[in-house]
Amino acid sequence: MAQAIAFYTLAALILGFAIMVVTTRNTVHSVLFLVMNFLFVAALYVLLGAQFLAVIQILVYAGGIVVLYLFVVMLVNLKRPPEAHQDPHRMTRLGFGMAAAVLLELVVIAAYGATAPSARPPVAVTAAIPVSGNTEQVGWLLYTNYLIPFEIASMLLLVAMIGAIVLAKREL
Amino acid sequence: MLLSAALFMIGVFGVMVRRNIIIIFMSIELILNAVNINLIAFSAQLQDAIGQVFAIFVIAVAAAEAAVGLGIILAFYRNKETVNIDEMNLMRW
Repeated sequence: MAQAIAFYTLAALILGFAIMVVTTRNTVHSVLFLVMNFLFVAALYVLLGAQFLAVIQILVYAGGIVVLYLFVVMLVNLKRPPEAHQDPHRMTRLGFGMAAAVLLELVVIAAYGATAPSARPPVAVTAAIPVSGNTEQVGWLLYTNYLIPFEIASMLLLVAMIGAIVLAKREL
Repeated sequence: MLLSAALFMIGVFGVMVRRNIIIIFMSIELILNAVNINLIAFSAQLQDAIGQVFAIFVIAVAAAEAAVGLGIILAFYRNKETVNIDEMNLMRW
């Protein structure tokens, strides 16, 4: 019961801050709302039993990516806001139409899920993980079954780092 | 699931409505977060840690995407003095 209350509170906060991120005029305020959003998503991860990912979320997103965004916002230093000089309703109708379609689909799914009996699948036991604890499990999987994707992700990060430096450098 | 879908829709809405490309990148981060919430919810539901492994990969790819995207924004702003995507027609044929 307390878990459900915590979940709905966190969900409301996450959605509220997401809406604030998208709708705020000031870009710096938008970035700060994004930080709050990431922190509450990390709290939701703790609630779902993924403590390691919660810490990673705070470190990488709230610590790294958002600081990067803030640097770019302050480097760009807008004199005129980009939405000021053209009609804002051109894409809005399309957006509302598609959002309404997806909302309808969600309502149908929710109604179907409420009526149909929930056939919960049997608990899939992750085979042969000799350790317990969240971080140990994730680390074990990363270094055994998912070793090659892990190395590819590291190569991707290296290439992205080099690419970002090349792009942001003034002259080579 | 509904939370994840709603967050995803807010992100898509932000991508389509806003004209500031930095806000559009933040909306993309929101979309990736929605995907992560979905993965971890299924991971908790099925008692299986593989979803968390995939969420780590999603976070790594999001970090790479943010770095490269913001580099492109900086290079573009240096040339064109704008972050409005309606004025970005550098690659128009």
